[in-house]
Amino acid sequence: MTTTVEFHVNGQPVSVAPASDETPLLDVLRNELGLMGTRFGCGLEQCGCCMVLIDGAPEKCCAKPVWSVAGKQVTTVEGLGNAAAPHPLQQAFLDEQAGQCGYCLSGILISAKALLDSNPAPTRQDIAAALDGNICRCGTHVRILRAVEKAAAVMRGEVSR
Amino acid sequence: MNAPVNTPLPPFLESNPRLDRWIAFPAPGRVTVLTGRVELGQGVLTAMAQIAADELDVALSRIAVRSGDTAATPNEGYTSGSHSIQAGGIAMRQACADIRALFMAQAASRLGCDASALSVHDGAILRDGAATGLDYWSLTDAVDLTVKATGAGRRKAVADYTTIGASSARLDLPAKVFGEPAFIHDIRLDGMVHARVVRQPNRGASIATIDEAAIRRAAKGPVEIVRHGNFIAIIGGDETTVERAGGAAPSHVQWNDAERPAAAQQEAPWLLQRPTIDRVLGDPAPADPQGRERFEMTFSRGYLAHASISPSCGLALFKDGHLTVWTHCQGVYPLRAALAKILPVKAEDMTVVHVQGAGCYGHNGADDAAADAAIIAMQKPGVPVRVRWRREEEFMFEPKSASMVVKVSALLDADGKPSDWTQEIWSATHMQRPGGGGNLLGALALPHPPPEPPPADVPEANGGGATRNGVPLYAIPASRMIHHLIPDTPIRTSSLRGLGAVPNVFAIESCLDELAARAGQDPVAYRLSITADPRARATIEKVAAMANWQADAEGGTGHGRGIGFARYKNRAAYSAVVVELDVDEEIRLARIWCATDAGLVINPDGAINQLEGGIVQAASWVLKEQVRFDSDAAAGLASFDWDTYPVLKFSEVPEIDVELINTRDDVPLGVGEASSGPTAAAIGNAVSHALGLRIRDMPLTRERLMAAMLQA
Repeated sequence: MTTTVEFHVNGQPVSVAPASDETPLLDVLRNELGLMGTRFGCGLEQCGCCMVLIDGAPEKCCAKPVWSVAGKQVTTVEGLGNAAAPHPLQQAFLDEQAGQCGYCLSGILISAKALLDSNPAPTRQDIAAALDGNICRCGTHVRILRAVEKAAAVMRGEVSR
Repeated sequence: MNAPVNTPLPPFLESNPRLDRWIAFPAPGRVTVLTGRVELGQGVLTAMAQIAADELDVALSRIAVRSGDTAATPNEGYTSGSHSIQAGGIAMRQACADIRALFMAQAASRLGCDASALSVHDGAILRDGAATGLDYWSLTDAVDLTVKATGAGRRKAVADYTTIGASSARLDLPAKVFGEPAFIHDIRLDGMVHARVVRQPNRGASIATIDEAAIRRAAKGPVEIVRHGNFIAIIGGDETTVERAGGAAPSHVQWNDAERPAAAQQEAPWLLQRPTIDRVLGDPAPADPQGRERFEMTFSRGYLAHASISPSCGLALFKDGHLTVWTHCQGVYPLRAALAKILPVKAEDMTVVHVQGAGCYGHNGADDAAADAAIIAMQKPGVPVRVRWRREEEFMFEPKSASMVVKVSALLDADGKPSDWTQEIWSATHMQRPGGGGNLLGALALPHPPPEPPPADVPEANGGGATRNGVPLYAIPASRMIHHLIPDTPIRTSSLRGLGAVPNVFAIESCLDELAARAGQDPVAYRLSITADPRARATIEKVAAMANWQADAEGGTGHGRGIGFARYKNRAAYSAVVVELDVDEEIRLARIWCATDAGLVINPDGAINQLEGGIVQAASWVLKEQVRFDSDAAAGLASFDWDTYPVLKFSEVPEIDVELINTRDDVPLGVGEASSGPTAAAIGNAVSHALGLRIRDMPLTRERLMAAMLQA
């Protein structure tokens, strides 16, 4: 029953052979591909720690069978940017110190990326609504909202940083 | 100007006097800060690096921090109680001052000058402001840091600090923003197996039947079932397979003597019918209350979950007689001591290392997950074992914050001010940390489980548990607490951010508003009229100014504002909060302001971040959270995931303004838990102002709102 599944992660082609039909994309990212940025929070598609973009749409991947992404483009937080070339969202989160434990941030960055891709000028309410599928338990919400607003302004070219 | 030589030594330096336990100079231009304090999401490692940078006069960028490692760092007990900067920071400051003094003495002898002519600039030693060619690293071979601290090093005066008191970016944040391996969950060791535990439902329950074949079928892949007494674990190389088996296994194991809590036990009034261990603390009861009006009001709060965003995780490897444990718990030394009691390994043959987990707000499942891993590792020598609890397991088995009932009884003088205050408290304990091992879940399932520790709560010397903040800080001539410790409750309880302070402050501050209304006074003016402590006054006045508090704001309109104030533990930071909100069918927070006097603040932005977090989390507790019981549910809890235990969402969080005052005092006051109680109280008071009636039981749910409005 085990077959090879081919898809793209952060632009790179990957080919994996999951141990079962139920193996979720999250387990493949973390345990097969060594991409630890996408976090496990609940396994129940409730908390948003495992949010990734699948063909550009934000989706929780802790219970999404990896076979379902065959042929698709998966983007994880590692695909947004890195220390040498941060995405404006990542830079804004650092500038605003928008983190406490930071465990939820990978998923939140992905949800925010999806929002800004479709709505470059979101209101505070738009941002909050887009992040309601992500839980932050430390109470960093206000900083996170501010950081996403700032990143949007940077990406619109209204402020430099 | 220098501060005086510090003797006696700060307690944690006294108990960990070797200076090489605090600071190392591992390579030219590099400094390692060693701290027993651990990162829980609160930013303590950044603050410790700032302290060392300032006292040693080296750039922050030269500093790396190693924390919570029994093989390397000082034993500072638990990272808890907002103690890290207040108690751990002063130890680090003095250790660095002593180390700096040793280097200055060595340099002075080489240069043939007086040490008073020397200064340090980014690690380089200057004589009368000119380069000497010497620095810390060129002298490390000549300076013996294995000596004990003496307190002879003069700590800098507050006015001379440059890194301390300046906001610093969190050192750990970039890795988290870029999705790098940053958490214990991300550790992968060669040959590692994944493990899930089938939890014993309660102390004393024993396995009646276990259908291993059914568990294997559910796994749909190779797993091994490890049993030791009533401890059951499923291990295997593929995490998905092990997780699947772990999720299915509870329904294939039957237990003798399983106890499941019933819904009736979840509500606070149940506590009032339980056997108690009683104490009275404070002033004697008033001999003759005659002529003084008596005011009484009773408050309650249900059980709360820590509900960390990730389930607990622990790793262990037993190899060549040595056990290594990786954990995100709050105290690596206490956990090592506890593990040494339950496993056939001596503490000296064990290393316990802290690795960051998801946000920790007290005693959650971290110690238990580490113990699980250690127990399995002892059964599988040479094999690294990684235990990660399932989400439901975390909700069902993490220690909960105790439900509490608080009854205030005050005698009022002729002006309507309290002249005598009694705070009567019913609560289970807020302290069941691993200690002697008798509180480690996995240990209870072993063939010879450790004895159940005697019931006790946090001593008042450590801030108290249920009694925390049970004494109002206001100028009241006489006060006392009556503490009813409930030794036997249906679920395990232990410390959660603030412990008893939140229910106590909620009760005190609710009563203050009631008394102000009786006296026909504005809540802020009334508080100030009975506040003698000038720092308390300044904090209340500050938040009132921030919020543009209007004394004559009309109530009962559905829009309300309320204030709450406390000094955490009556000895840490002062914090005052004003909440503005709207109430219709539910409560919607509109705006929150907070003023806090935390004394000397190491990292102002970090402190503000903590205060904001405390505000949001307390708002979530007050508006939404209660652990619900269900005797028909798997482990007796109806709260087992984020749908059944909802917390505050992004769209429900208002704008929050936090300001710090008096940040250049010499003494830091712990800040991590300071805003929680005042926030809870301010929400309660704002709801009361908005509705013209008071809801005295937390959480302030829609059902309670409706019931209160119907009664009114």
